[in-house]
Formats: sequence, C-alpha cells, structure tokens
Amino acid sequence: MKSHYQVLVIGGGPAGLATASAAARQGLDVALVDEQQAPGGQIYRNVATSKDWAIKYLGKDYLRGKQLVVEFRQSGADYLNNASVWYLDERLEAGLLMDGCSRFITADRLVLACGAQERPMPLPGWQLPGVMTAGAGQVLLKASGIVPDGRLVLAGSGPLLLLLAWQYLQAGVKIEALVDTTPGWRLVEALPSLPRALPAIDYLFKGLKFMRAIRNAGIPVYRKVDNLRAEGSDSLESVCFNLPAGKAGNGSEIRIEADTLMLHQGVISNLRLPLAAGCKVEWNGRQQNWQVSKDKWGQSSVKEVMVVGDCAGIVGAVAAELQGRLCALQLGHEIGGLDSGRRDAAAQRIDRSLKRHLSIRPFVDKLYAPAPAFQLPDDETLVCRCEEVKAGQIRQAARMGCVGPNQVKAFTRCGMGPCQGCLCGSTVSALIADEIDSPLETVGYFRVRPPFKPITLGELADS
Amino acid sequence: MFRRIEQTGSDSVTVRIDNREFQVPAGISVAAAVLLCGFRKVRNTPVTDSPRLPYCMMGICFDCLMCIDGVPNQQACQVEVRDNMAIDYQRGAAELLQQE
Repeated sequence: MKSHYQVLVIGGGPAGLATASAAARQGLDVALVDEQQAPGGQIYRNVATSKDWAIKYLGKDYLRGKQLVVEFRQSGADYLNNASVWYLDERLEAGLLMDGCSRFITADRLVLACGAQERPMPLPGWQLPGVMTAGAGQVLLKASGIVPDGRLVLAGSGPLLLLLAWQYLQAGVKIEALVDTTPGWRLVEALPSLPRALPAIDYLFKGLKFMRAIRNAGIPVYRKVDNLRAEGSDSLESVCFNLPAGKAGNGSEIRIEADTLMLHQGVISNLRLPLAAGCKVEWNGRQQNWQVSKDKWGQSSVKEVMVVGDCAGIVGAVAAELQGRLCALQLGHEIGGLDSGRRDAAAQRIDRSLKRHLSIRPFVDKLYAPAPAFQLPDDETLVCRCEEVKAGQIRQAARMGCVGPNQVKAFTRCGMGPCQGCLCGSTVSALIADEIDSPLETVGYFRVRPPFKPITLGELADS
Repeated sequence: MFRRIEQTGSDSVTVRIDNREFQVPAGISVAAAVLLCGFRKVRNTPVTDSPRLPYCMMGICFDCLMCIDGVPNQQACQVEVRDNMAIDYQRGAAELLQQE
C-alpha cells in the first residue's frame, strides 16, 4: 500500500471492481478501498469463497460476481480490504481506518463507487429488536449462511423483497406472510413505461418467476396494505396492517404474530462520500432519490472525482459494472494516454449493453416508488433511529422556521448520531418540503462531516 | 430466532457474549454471531435506553454498536469473530460517567 495512487477507487461492488480492473489493465496505478473483507460489495458479497450450497440458494445471477472478482485479482490493482473511509475532504485526501490505525492516501483521480443503501422505511415500531431490512437478511444469507428461524414476515415493496422470498424458499425457510405495501395505482402509473422495458424483458420474467414461486409455496400474500406497523414491548411481537378498503378486505385489520420482520422499499444512493468530496447532487423525482450529478463517463462536478454505479442514481448491478468500464476508459484517456478515438470505439459496445439494462428502470422505478405513508410518516413515528427524534418534532421545527435539514439537525439533533443521517436524511428532507410546501430541490439534504465512522483518539494518534 | 442453513462442518471459534460462552462458525460477523446465539438485543440506546438489534447488517445504520474486547462503539456487523473474543452489550453512551 502506497500513500499516493493515480486512481483510488472506493467501493468493492460491481462498479468499483469493474473500474479498478479495467483501469489497472490499461497500466494505471490503481488501488481499491473496500470496507468488506472480500471483494463483491453487497450484491456479490463473499462470492469468491461461496460454497456450492450458497449458489443453489442465491441463484445464478450471483455467480456473475465471481468473474468480476477473478478479473480484479488478475488486474494488478492494489486491494485495501477491511478499510473504512472515515475522512474525506475537498482536497481529496482520504483517511482510512485499517487495523486499528488511520492512514491517509491521496490520488490524482478518485472514483466513488460506494453503491446504495436500502431506503429507510420509517413506520411505527421499526426500531424494535426483530425488525430489520431485507438487505440484512441477504447479508446474513450470503456472508454467513444464516437464516431466520421462527415466525418471519416480509413487508414492503420492490424486487429485492421478492428475490429474498425466493431465496428463502430455496433454503427451506418458512415465511408466515408477504405484506405488499405497493399502492394499487402504482401499476397504473408504471404501465405506460412497460413497452420501453421490453429490451430487458429477462428482468420481468425473473420477477414473474419469483411471484409464481411465492404463490406455489402457498405463502399468504396481502396486497395494497395500509397502516403497516410493528408492535411489541421489548422486541417485535406482531406485525399489524389494514387491508385496502373495498369489497375484498374492507379495510379490516390483520395482526400476524412474528419474531422477525424484514422490511424493504427499494434502495437509494449512498451519498456520504460524494457529498464530502464536494460533488453536486440532484433530486431524481422518478426514483425519489438524491443522486450525484455526472456525465456519461462518470465525471462529477468536481474535476478529479468520478462516480459510478448506484451512488449516481439507481441502475442495478450489471449496469453499475458497465458504468465502471466506461469510467475506466475515460481515466485511460485523461491520465493514461488513450486517444479519444479508441476510447469511443471501445465505449460503443458498452453503451449499447448499458442502454438495454437501463431500459427496465422507468417501469420498476414507477411501480415500486415508495408509498406516501413511509415518506411522510405520522407524528409519533421515529425518524432518526440514533437520536430518537420523531416525525412530529421535525414538522414542528419546520413550522418554527427551519427551512432546511441542517437547521432541523441543530434544533432537534436529528441526523446528529453515528449514522450521520443515513437512516433519516431522505425522510427529513421530505417532511420539511411537505410542511413548508417547498420543492425538495430547494430544501436540500444534510451536510456531511468527518469522521464518517467512530474513531478513537488512539486510532487517530496512530496515523 | 436464527439458524444456519447447512452444518458444513466449517471451523468454529469460541466467543463470550455477555459473559456466556458460545461456539460460533469462524468467519462470520459479530452481529451475525449474536443473532445466531439467540440474543434479542445488542445495546440500549443513549436517549431512551431502549433495546436494539442489528438492523441493516451492512455498516450503514450503526444500530449494532457493541463493546468488543473492551472497546465500545464497534460496529458488530463489520467485525469478524475471533477466538476468545469478549462481546458485550453497549449500554447507552454514558458508561464512563456511571463508573465514577
């Protein structure tokens, strides 16, 4: 490990791996920083060491990651694993926390491939032990071969929830119920985008396959539900919701006793490092997501910073990988002597493939946009899990004259805890925008400040 | 509340969680180990003292903060289990003050 590289890639998922491999193969001096122990990111987590049984449960899409890891290992790029970025500033000095001490690295070009996180799903009781995200269920499965035992309920909306249900069925996990919070009118909104999705029809077939498996397994599926909440005293005891009003359920309340509730409502861009590097972000209304602004090559508003994959808008694993390859071509052009003609020729094929994989997005984004109840939760619902601030307190702060998230933070401590707003940022901006009737773009997002990870004085002193 | 899907006979390590000894598979995270051993909390929150369990398992939420080998504020989902590791609940944020 050196103190300076030509290219420093942060994030070991498909976008980061593809960028680092392709850039290193062009002869650039590259290092990849990964918070995990092994490459793959969340989507291909532990793929290189996965056993045969894991492939059986996880499906063959997961195997695509294996090739990426092999390419990366052969590329000559340095791999800095178990390394958390605790510091980053606009001078592009990155502070890494590794083996209990802090080291600083600089680079000519920084590539941020920090991916996505699950969209926070604030609902009554979501802080109870026993409530976790569907992504957490996937990490437990991929990294440890651990699955829920006892009464499990899956709730929310989006492809990952269906995928997890399918994977759990393959692994013999009993699911008490699948609670679908997708409002009925979302399908109506999404249908006009269906023809555009046809080039990527394989994604649709996959979704249908999951749904069929869930139906065939006899799992009770409750659709278009409302008023979802988790109840219990010291930990989760039951999941409650109301059926849609109308002839079938007539709004009646359902209560399911449960030990584990896994929630999901799509993913959002991971913005912490791009914001710290000074990159401009923009609001994507269709994806209901703040994303980093960039051009086709991944160039952000900061000259030395490129962004690839889900942190610059949700694109999915394969598209993220393709964006990484485009970014590497541009890096080769800018600092590796690759002329623009060869760059563009190589980019052409990637572009075509990227276009196909992105064609599914408008349909999926519209169908699985978060339900309004989870964007603007009730006053009594916890918004900030760290500092335990409720939605009502945010609304009150907005009414008192706080026009942005940073003021709300100062008045309520919301977003001031260790997660630094990762689990409340999107909700806080939405609540303020709604309360003062101002566009989200004007309201903006939390400012981030290092340290991004808890760091002891000892670790800092060792740098 | 959690189980392993396959007993593949992989190596195991011995850890102490809340002063009780457990054999857990090598290579898994502390958070995974705590869930596997059936615990229903990893910490109590500083503000309302309410119990929490790991929520995101990917280093985002910081709900799995624990005291590992005597060092508080460790993200249990990001730390791998080691033999003889001492894993303890994190109780609020003011532990140092209470000890006085």
